[in-house]
Amino acid sequence: MPIKTEPFYLNIGPQHPSTHGVFRMRVMLDGEVVVDVEPVIGYLHRGIEKLAEGRTYTQNIIFTDRLDYLSSMTNNLAYCMAVEKLAGIKVPERAEYLRVIFAEVMRISSHLMAVGFFLNDLGAMMTPVLYMWREREKILDLFEMVSGQRLLYNYMRIGGLSQDVPAEFMPAMKKFIAEMPRYVDEYDQLLATNEILLARAKGVGILPRETAIDIGASGPVLRASGVKWDIRKMNPYSIYDRFDFEIPIGQNGDCYDRYWVRMQEIRQSIRIVEQALKQIPDTGPIRADVPLYIRPPKGEAYGYIEAPKGNLGFYIVSDGSIAPYRLHIYPPTLINITALRDMVKGWKVADLIIIFGSIDVVLGEIDR
Amino acid sequence: MEIIRPEILSPDESDIIEGNIINTFISKCTDPIPDPDKWLDEEIRRNILLTTVDTAIAWARQRSIFPLMFGLACCAFEMIGMAASRFDASRFGMDIFRWSPRQADLMIVAGTLTWKMAPAVRMVYDQMPEPKWVIAMGACAISGGTFRESYSVVPGINRIIPVDVYVPGCPPRPEGLLYGVTRLHAKIIKGTIDNPNLSLK
Amino acid sequence: MTVAINETEIEKKLNEIFPGSVISSEKGSILVDKGSLLKVAEYLKNAPELAFDYLTFVTAVDYLDYFELVYRIVSLKYNHSLIVKTRCSDRENPTAPSLTPVWRAAYYQEREIYDLFGIRFEGHPELKRLLLWEGFKGHPLRRDYL
Repeated sequence: MPIKTEPFYLNIGPQHPSTHGVFRMRVMLDGEVVVDVEPVIGYLHRGIEKLAEGRTYTQNIIFTDRLDYLSSMTNNLAYCMAVEKLAGIKVPERAEYLRVIFAEVMRISSHLMAVGFFLNDLGAMMTPVLYMWREREKILDLFEMVSGQRLLYNYMRIGGLSQDVPAEFMPAMKKFIAEMPRYVDEYDQLLATNEILLARAKGVGILPRETAIDIGASGPVLRASGVKWDIRKMNPYSIYDRFDFEIPIGQNGDCYDRYWVRMQEIRQSIRIVEQALKQIPDTGPIRADVPLYIRPPKGEAYGYIEAPKGNLGFYIVSDGSIAPYRLHIYPPTLINITALRDMVKGWKVADLIIIFGSIDVVLGEIDR
Repeated sequence: MEIIRPEILSPDESDIIEGNIINTFISKCTDPIPDPDKWLDEEIRRNILLTTVDTAIAWARQRSIFPLMFGLACCAFEMIGMAASRFDASRFGMDIFRWSPRQADLMIVAGTLTWKMAPAVRMVYDQMPEPKWVIAMGACAISGGTFRESYSVVPGINRIIPVDVYVPGCPPRPEGLLYGVTRLHAKIIKGTIDNPNLSLK
Repeated sequence: MTVAINETEIEKKLNEIFPGSVISSEKGSILVDKGSLLKVAEYLKNAPELAFDYLTFVTAVDYLDYFELVYRIVSLKYNHSLIVKTRCSDRENPTAPSLTPVWRAAYYQEREIYDLFGIRFEGHPELKRLLLWEGFKGHPLRRDYL
């Protein structure tokens, strides 16, 4: 006897444990198999681009903190680089080295969070999160020594940094970098050949190479699909051409490859920080000589960096006054979400949650 | 037998209905809801027969709060930090964070609230069973914070739901949030069986 | 190093193949006429010596007489980049051709520009509001929105 079925709409709503923030998905199901998914965003849209037109260039640095709130040093760096390109300001040596050190340590912290919450979605409840949080608390102690804040630092300024590091920072940093590889080895020992992770994540949610280039993906999502594109090597900014590091590439483009690329990037970041700590000059100016209200000449500039989530850029148009005429933020995670529809067709609801978790979104950046 | 089916809306129709709900919220919620602050008055009259029972039940309510995880933005990570192993919230009885509002009695709203999210907050608050308390965490939840003049931000969550404790900071340290929880304990111990929230009824 | 491609050569080549399409060019960017934007984009993607296969950002700026759309394209093979701009002068109902059939990276960004500026894109598969709710009156990022 033929049975008639209808598609079933499920609403994975804005308040949900696995959506990493206020993200909503309307899923069309045929039984348990996903047929289509439509993301609905905008629940955290605060209007940063409009508010930025009424504040000076230095006052906009606090808005950039709150975009990707898990890695706010790199956001500050991208914005300051865009304004320095527009106004033609040169940053002193010691400030460049310190910026690179902070950006790479921030990358370690953000990738630890991404991997921890990905494993939380797989079902390992809070255990990996609490292990990764142990290292993150050490990193947050280092940042608190420098800027006074645990989460949203507001530390970089146009032309350099806001203040120099205290005397006890360098020994603490050297101690942390010396013992970090041991912790990464501990995670690899527990997770890399774990049966459950291999069974649930290998072969799930494959993003082919051509699709990844066509939708404009960037960051670990693009590199896990086999494309060798990292801004730090392809178009080096700041002083990244003085360091020696590698770019990990995945083979298949599934969830396991994205997890593996992030763990390898933590090791490469540790390498960069070790080299920077050897080369940094001991004394020197921390900030270039800029006036209190910066008035860049008329024109436009685009400053972009390799943030932990992808290719973050700021497009600034200036008309010669103390506030920008237009500030546009290019968020990497909004573009990575375009692939969700392709990656999810044919899998079940539990796989939808892990595929979404492996893209690693932060809603403050998508909605701005 | 007749099977009655509920109407299934297409995504575009449900978008329009939600947009109308949000527009009615904007036009209705122009004044903040007054705080339930009768607890500032030290002389709470209690019924003589029920005094010890009141205190015992209020003590039990105070020491085993189930918080609801309602992290919207950056403050959510300091709330998770409070629950993690360094600033342990388990020693105050707040062991597990519940995800379903039907099983929780404290709602910690952490992060910026926008007008698009306001009906969802009201729905979640209405689903919680009595007695319930609300903590507003962070500058954005108290008054809109840095984003107050924006076209899409609610200037303070007390336009939508009544608030008991305000914890300032951007973001507040986990120790600050724990201090807010102890002030909430001081408020709960003054409640009675029939009026646990000390509201203005 | 990602080199910005020489814009005067591109202008000459495009004006030979599609006459009248490129209006002017300045440092690193070319200004294209709105009617021939789709043809120019397809040529830039498919030409073997240019091979611009990766679209980064799409944005709009409101100069009070006209809206200006800015696109930045990159070639992953040859490691060079180019900025393409067009203008729409209508203030009440501005329209522009959509580049989603050429590069899918423009899908969400064009929806966001429609939401915040009001520019309609012809040929977009699903043009509706993204960040604000249905029933919101006006387009906030225009210079005359209060």
